[in-house]
Amino acid sequence: MTPDKGQDMTQDGAPSMTQDPNCPVRVYVPRDSAARSVGADAVADAVRRAAGAQGRQVDIVRNGSRGMLWLEPLVEVVTPDGRVGYGPVAPEDVPGLVGAGLLDGAEHPLRLGVVDRLPWLARQNRVTFARVGIVDPLSPQDYERHGGTAGLRTALALPPAEVVAAVTESGLRGRGGAGFPAGIKWKTVLDRADELKFVCCNADEGDSGTFADRMVMEGDPFMLIEGMTIAAHAVGASEGYIYIRSEYPDAVATMRAAIGIAREQGWLGERILGSDLSFDLHVRVGAGAYICGEETSMLESLEGRRGQVRAKPPIPAIQGLFGKPTVVNNVLTLATVPVILANGAKAYQDLGVQRSRGTQVFQLGGNVARGGIVETAFGVTLRELVEDFGGGTLSGRPVRTVQVGGPLGAYLPASMFDLPMEYEAFAAAGAMLGHGGVVVFDDSVDMAAQARFAMEFCAAESCGKCTPCRVGSVRGVEVIDKIVAGEDRDGNLALLEDLCELMTDGSLCAMGGLTPMPVRSAIAHFSDDFLAREEGTV
Amino acid sequence: MTTSASDVTTEAAIGAIVAAHRGERGPLLEILHAVQAELGHIPKEAVPLLARELNLSRADVHGVITFYHDFRDAPAGRTTVRICRAEACQALGAADLVDCAREAGSPIGGTRADGSVTVEQVFCLGNCALGPSVEVDGKVLGRMTAERLRSVLGEAVTS
Repeated sequence: MTPDKGQDMTQDGAPSMTQDPNCPVRVYVPRDSAARSVGADAVADAVRRAAGAQGRQVDIVRNGSRGMLWLEPLVEVVTPDGRVGYGPVAPEDVPGLVGAGLLDGAEHPLRLGVVDRLPWLARQNRVTFARVGIVDPLSPQDYERHGGTAGLRTALALPPAEVVAAVTESGLRGRGGAGFPAGIKWKTVLDRADELKFVCCNADEGDSGTFADRMVMEGDPFMLIEGMTIAAHAVGASEGYIYIRSEYPDAVATMRAAIGIAREQGWLGERILGSDLSFDLHVRVGAGAYICGEETSMLESLEGRRGQVRAKPPIPAIQGLFGKPTVVNNVLTLATVPVILANGAKAYQDLGVQRSRGTQVFQLGGNVARGGIVETAFGVTLRELVEDFGGGTLSGRPVRTVQVGGPLGAYLPASMFDLPMEYEAFAAAGAMLGHGGVVVFDDSVDMAAQARFAMEFCAAESCGKCTPCRVGSVRGVEVIDKIVAGEDRDGNLALLEDLCELMTDGSLCAMGGLTPMPVRSAIAHFSDDFLAREEGTV
Repeated sequence: MTTSASDVTTEAAIGAIVAAHRGERGPLLEILHAVQAELGHIPKEAVPLLARELNLSRADVHGVITFYHDFRDAPAGRTTVRICRAEACQALGAADLVDCAREAGSPIGGTRADGSVTVEQVFCLGNCALGPSVEVDGKVLGRMTAERLRSVLGEAVTS
C-alpha cells in the first residue's frame, strides 16, 4: 500500500497552495532518534526562529524519518508540487536556507527535490513503512487519513479463524529473525480454550545493524497497536505487552503516548470500535540484557524475573506469559498485519519469491555511504542493497564483508553478493537472512577480531542456563586468541570447529546456537586473517 | 541499632513505588527501574525491602538486579557516557572511541574519582546508519569523532 499521494497533497499542501503569507507553511523535521542524534531538534528550533525573523508562520510537524538516514536531518516543506526536501541540514545552515526561500521550496545546494520522487525512495516498495516519515506519528487524524484502522475494521467484521487464515495465506513470516509463519503460531493460540491469553510484541531490538522496529515505534506507533489489536481479536486475547529495550527511550515515550491516544479514540479498551472485542496494551521496558530478545527469555523478563531462556516445549503459543497461551511476534510482523487485512492476503502474497513472501525491511548500517531503510520485495540481491542503495562504504575504501542478520549472522565476502535476499537461499549458503539487517565493513576490518568479538559478546550476554553457550563462548575467545598467537594453529582451528559444532547442536536457544555462524563464516571466507600475527601487529 | 536518614528515605521511596505498581502483573522490573530513577541506583538495603513487599526471597530480588546491565548498586557520575561497541559502530571506529575515553582518564566501566563522569559500553543504540554512536545522559549523538568525544568528556569533567 502506498498512501494516496493526491490526497496527501490536498491535505498537506493546501495551506501553501494559496501562497498566502498569513497561512502557516507546513515544515517537517523528523523526531526520529537517528535524526535527533545529528541535530534535528536544533534544526527544528532554528527553522522556527528563522521563519519568525522573516515574519512567516510555520507549522512544524515532527514526523518519523523517511529512512534516508544519511540525509538527516531532512527538512521537508510542503509546496504545490509536493513535499520538497533539504538535507542534511545543520542548525547553522538554517538561516541561509530560509533566507534563500526554503519556505517556498526554492533552490539551494541542499535542496533534494520532491522527496517522493527521489530514486532511492521511488525504487522501494513501502508496505510496512508506507506511513513512516509521512505522517505525524501521534496524530490519529493523520493515521486514519493515510489508511490507518482499515485493517482493524476489516478484521473485526470477520470471525477470528478467518483473520488467522488471512495471515496464513499472506505468507507472512516472523520478522524477528527466525522466519516462522505467523499464521501457524496464531492458530495454535486460537485453538486453546483458556480464558486468559496474551499478545506480546518483542521490541527488544538488540541486534547491531537493526533499527526498523525503533523507527516504526517512533514513526508510526498506531500501526503496531492496530496489528496487536487484530492479533488479539484473531486469537481471543484480552491483554497485550510491548517489551521495548531500555536503549530506546524515545520509542518507549512515543508508544506510551500513542497507547493513551488510542484508548481515547476507542482503538483500545472496552468494545473496540463498537465491536465485542476488549483489549488493552501495556509497555514494559527491558534493562540492558541482549538475551531478552529471545522470546522465552523475554517472557521471563516480562514476568519480572531474570531473563533466562526456557526450554521448549512447551512453546509459548501453548504456555507463554504467566503460563497462558501467548502470541509472541516481532514489531515488524505485527505492524504488517493491518495492511494484509486492509488490502487482502493475496496482494501481500503476490510480492516476494519462493517461500519468502511480501516485502522485507532491509536496514543498511555500519560503514556505508547511504544507510537507512530499504523496504522491497524479497529477492533483491545483497549487491543491489550494498552498492546501488548503499553506495559502497562511507570511508570510500573497498567493501570487504557484510554481516547479515545481526551479531549471530554470517560474514559474507564480496564474491557472495549476488545472493538473493530470501530465507532459504541464505540458509543454503550457510548464512541467515534474519531480520534483514546488513552491516558493511571496509577492507580495514580484521576478521579474526570480529570472530573473537562474536564469542566475547556471547560470553557477556549469555543467560547462563546452558553450558555450551555459557562455557563454550569463553573457551571460544581463548581458542581464537591461541590461533592468532600462532599456537598450534591447525590443532586449535580443529578444536574451534569442534566447539562451534557443539554450541550449534547443544545450546538451548539461538544465542549459543548461532554464535558459531559469524565465527565459522569468518574462518571459511577470510582464513588469512587467522594466520599468526607478528608481535605488535594485532 | 540505629537507622540512618538514608535508610528512611530508601524505605519511604520503595514503599511509594511498590504501592504505585500494585495490581500490575510481574512488576519487579518496572519497580527496579522506578527505584533507580528515584534514587540514582539500587541500594543494597532495597533488596530485603523489595523482597518483603513483593513476597519474594532476597535471593530472587538480588538475582534479578544482578542479571540486568542497567541496574547499578552505586550512584553513577554526574554525567553518564555510553559508547556503542556493537558491530555497526565497530565498522566505523568504535574501538578508537574506547581508546580515546581511556586516554582521557575515563576508561569503560569506571566512574572518575571526582564523581564527574561514568563511562560505560553499550551494545547498540539503534543508530547503526549514523555511527559511531555515543549516548550522553540519555541523548544519542551520531557520527561521533574522537575529537568530539574528548570535548564531551572534558566538559563533563569541568561541569
